[in-house]
Amino acid sequence: MLWELFALFFKVGCMAFGGGYAVMSLIQRETSDRGWIDAESFREIGSLAGMAPGSIATNSATLIGYAQAGAAGAIAATVGIVLPSLLLVAVLTAFFVRLHDRFGVKAAFYGLRPVVVALIVYAGIHFGLGGLLSNPQPAWTIAGTLLICGGCLVALVKTKLHPLAVILLSAAAGIIWF
Amino acid sequence: MQVSAALKKKTHRLGQIFMAFLKIGPSTFGGGYAMIATIEREIVERRKWMETEEMADMVSVAGSAPGGVAVNSAAFVGYRLGGLAGASAAVLGITLPTLAIVLALSFTFAWFRDNPKVEAALQGVHAAITALILLAAWKMARTSLFDAVTFGITAAALAILLLTQVHSLWLIAGGPLVGLAASFIRRKRGWEVRTEPSHRTEEDRAMLPEYYI
Repeated sequence: MLWELFALFFKVGCMAFGGGYAVMSLIQRETSDRGWIDAESFREIGSLAGMAPGSIATNSATLIGYAQAGAAGAIAATVGIVLPSLLLVAVLTAFFVRLHDRFGVKAAFYGLRPVVVALIVYAGIHFGLGGLLSNPQPAWTIAGTLLICGGCLVALVKTKLHPLAVILLSAAAGIIWF
Repeated sequence: MQVSAALKKKTHRLGQIFMAFLKIGPSTFGGGYAMIATIEREIVERRKWMETEEMADMVSVAGSAPGGVAVNSAAFVGYRLGGLAGASAAVLGITLPTLAIVLALSFTFAWFRDNPKVEAALQGVHAAITALILLAAWKMARTSLFDAVTFGITAAALAILLLTQVHSLWLIAGGPLVGLAASFIRRKRGWEVRTEPSHRTEEDRAMLPEYYI
């Protein structure tokens, strides 16, 4: 089990271009295919992971690892997702080539970034609707979710409120609404 | 005697690297640009381990590798200061606090799981996290979608994600190939080749590293 957790999250870590949000739906797919985490639990895990400091993907790995195999599982999954970054950054730093000055590299990132945009949009849709569609919720719940989500976007963009403040306010709004 | 003195010095250095990033760890909330500023303050201003100019290299390396910007930056600084052992110490330092915090959060939640108020609060948080994800997508879209090819790639990738079961690995591999093909064809035909948006306002620049969350 420990090895499986490590191997899965190592693979996820290798693909985490653009950071954590871009691999959230990948994590959900891989863990639900294995029958580890259902949509409802994933929503919980993602919410808790997003509340804590650090990358949402790494935090999700920690929680999934813990749910599967206790403290050792949490460590195996976390090491797995972080290790590719550690190794690749070490290699890039050691042979420090000014990557971004090369035409080929620029052209590759020119094509990669739009994919990352799609992955993050998809993660937003998937995570936002996940659990809401799998076991149908009353319209009241869906309306509340949309309302809070929209309010957060306004707060983040217009008033530049700190993300942590936005999360805490949403928790309060959740208590009032749901 | 001398060997052990050198070893002692080296472990001391690793300890310092570990502690520096252990302190930064809890403040990596949301990642992104704010993160870089925190690391710069600690590493350049307070500890004087690096020069401000090296921070640009850090952003470049951290953005090219997969993973979050916080962990990648830690690995960069750690490697520069102490090789692979230094990089490991730095990554361990920045990861441990967040690992402890997220586990503590989840224990607290499990403790109050049956309380409907806690359940409701988490539902509110879920909506907020969704907003944070959508905002990250919007910020990244603004700095990376600027011509027909980039908009086309996003539209195609999104359609594939929504309508098919294709694994995202193929998208991550395919995007760069399309980017390379488009750029080389344009260059060969003598057309103007742009791989980044032409005008970047000050605001966009500040937002740029935001997508490595």
